[in-house]
Amino acid sequence: MLATLLRRLFYALPIMAGVALVCFSLVHIAPGDPLVSILPPDASQDLQAQLRELYGLDRSLVEQFLSWVWRALQGDLGTSIASGRPVAAEVIKAVGNTLRLAAVATLIGFALGCLFGFVAGYFRDSWVDRAASVMSVLGVSVPHYWLGMVLVIVFSAQLMWLPATGAGPGGSGDWAWNWEHVQFMILPAITMSVIPMGIVARTVRALVAETLEQEFVAGLRARGLTHLGVFRHVVKNAAPTALAVMGLQLGYLLGGSILIETVFSWPGTGLLLNSAIFQRDLPLLQGTILVLALFFVVLNLIVDVVQTLLDPRIARA
Amino acid sequence: MELAVPSSAPAPPVPALRSPGFWRSVLDRLARDPVAIGAGLVVLLLLLMAVAGPWIAPNDPYAASMMGRLKPIGSEGYLLGSDELGRDMLSRLIVGTRLSLFMGLTPVVCAFFVGTVIGVTAGYAGGPLNTVIMRTVDVFYAFPSVLLAIALSGALGAGIFNSLLSLTIVFVPPIARVAESVTAQVRGRDFVEAARASGAGAFTIVRVHVLGNVLGPIFVYATSLIAVSMILASGLSFLGLGVRPPEPEWGLMLNTLRTAIYTQPVIAALPGAMIFVTSIAFNMLSDALRSAMDNKR
Repeated sequence: MLATLLRRLFYALPIMAGVALVCFSLVHIAPGDPLVSILPPDASQDLQAQLRELYGLDRSLVEQFLSWVWRALQGDLGTSIASGRPVAAEVIKAVGNTLRLAAVATLIGFALGCLFGFVAGYFRDSWVDRAASVMSVLGVSVPHYWLGMVLVIVFSAQLMWLPATGAGPGGSGDWAWNWEHVQFMILPAITMSVIPMGIVARTVRALVAETLEQEFVAGLRARGLTHLGVFRHVVKNAAPTALAVMGLQLGYLLGGSILIETVFSWPGTGLLLNSAIFQRDLPLLQGTILVLALFFVVLNLIVDVVQTLLDPRIARA
Repeated sequence: MELAVPSSAPAPPVPALRSPGFWRSVLDRLARDPVAIGAGLVVLLLLLMAVAGPWIAPNDPYAASMMGRLKPIGSEGYLLGSDELGRDMLSRLIVGTRLSLFMGLTPVVCAFFVGTVIGVTAGYAGGPLNTVIMRTVDVFYAFPSVLLAIALSGALGAGIFNSLLSLTIVFVPPIARVAESVTAQVRGRDFVEAARASGAGAFTIVRVHVLGNVLGPIFVYATSLIAVSMILASGLSFLGLGVRPPEPEWGLMLNTLRTAIYTQPVIAALPGAMIFVTSIAFNMLSDALRSAMDNKR
């Protein structure tokens, strides 16, 4: 078991290095001078050279990459060009907000997706199955930023039940699990949960249908197990894969929240990326993407490991 | 979000003994599938709008009017109302089909070619070349697709070309993975061995014996990416990273109409509904194609 874990970790390290290289390259594929947004148009050669030195832009690319990685390992992601504050602090604050939203959305999506998927797979080819299939196609096809707008139109603009944008009276800073704050989370979380719901429902339906076709289920039925008894076995067989899908979905939501956060002005990484892009704040862009991508790699790793723990057949394969 | 590049795992099996009429039977099965026909008709209609849009649109999609801003649906001369600059919504939606479909389809088409070349090369070559190629692909695969698309186009800057380029880069890795796995399966088959024994070069074997067997599954997988690509491409424009005003494109229209959600909510939601319908149609067509090619059933 330990060997398997170490092997997984060993495979993840080069991926992480590659991810860091891609993030580093982002600044260098960007057209124009990275300093252009802070340099006054009439900046003297002297000032330009000073700033270049300050941001390390006067050294070779290899040197820049290595020192960037070295500092990133120590938790220093550089300084935001637009705000002058450390990138790491800004990203951590935003990641907390995004994580909170994405976790709630994943839980909603997972619960509903499992429910639809189980019912559809259990009563295969019934009307319930067809309805659930339609739901899941709609779920994976909907442009979520549009769904967010539609929810705002219905529940905020028309019915005026819920606030349209923001994250509560405290702004981005202090979150609390009370109605004052939670009401701001409802619409974005529902919007975000639709995609994992569709995907989880599809996966679970296929898993359940596949498991029910296996001989051991016929055996269980022959031994006189009730529906509930058979159901318990099916859940046990489907759980590892379903959980793995859920874990990956959380990662996708973290990385893909930018559109939804823009619609709802939710103060997370998506909104941070948005402002980094439009202020051409490349260190902030680079740092945010690095953190999100590494999060995704680590989450993949955790999912792998947990799946191996839950389902010993995988380790043997 | 897995906005979701569909999982590359369940690649449809390579048809074992393909009768000469394999594609014929696929078409036959599609023609008997009501879902496929319905989705196919919607796609045809969209393509028709994309080709003939400027001629069937009732008004000039660029003609703004200070007096005619945000006219309600069904008002005189504005069948679907007008947008925040007084431009006819119906015309903009119709004419916008061309650019929206172009932005969504092009990355998948480009990624299909690039990904197939990369994946087939890696799968056929095997060994260290395979390792180098596939580990590089894995790095890009390690980014959630939305994040990679936005990161690349954010760094490159707004514009049609940059957003097509970013989306192509996003879709190459999943296609290359599928291509690599089906090619590796085909490579071990007896007929490839026989061709090699009879002295055929690698290029000939790939062209004659491998491509015919792998293109089908890769193509089916690529079609499943179209809906995602449509949503992402419009999403980039929605963020202001893709198409620039005043071009009619659904994602961009959705963005500029956000100011109108309190005054003309239905109009504000219309461009998104077009993206939704398009993406449903492509998803259903792709699902139907997949099951029509699955000759196990």
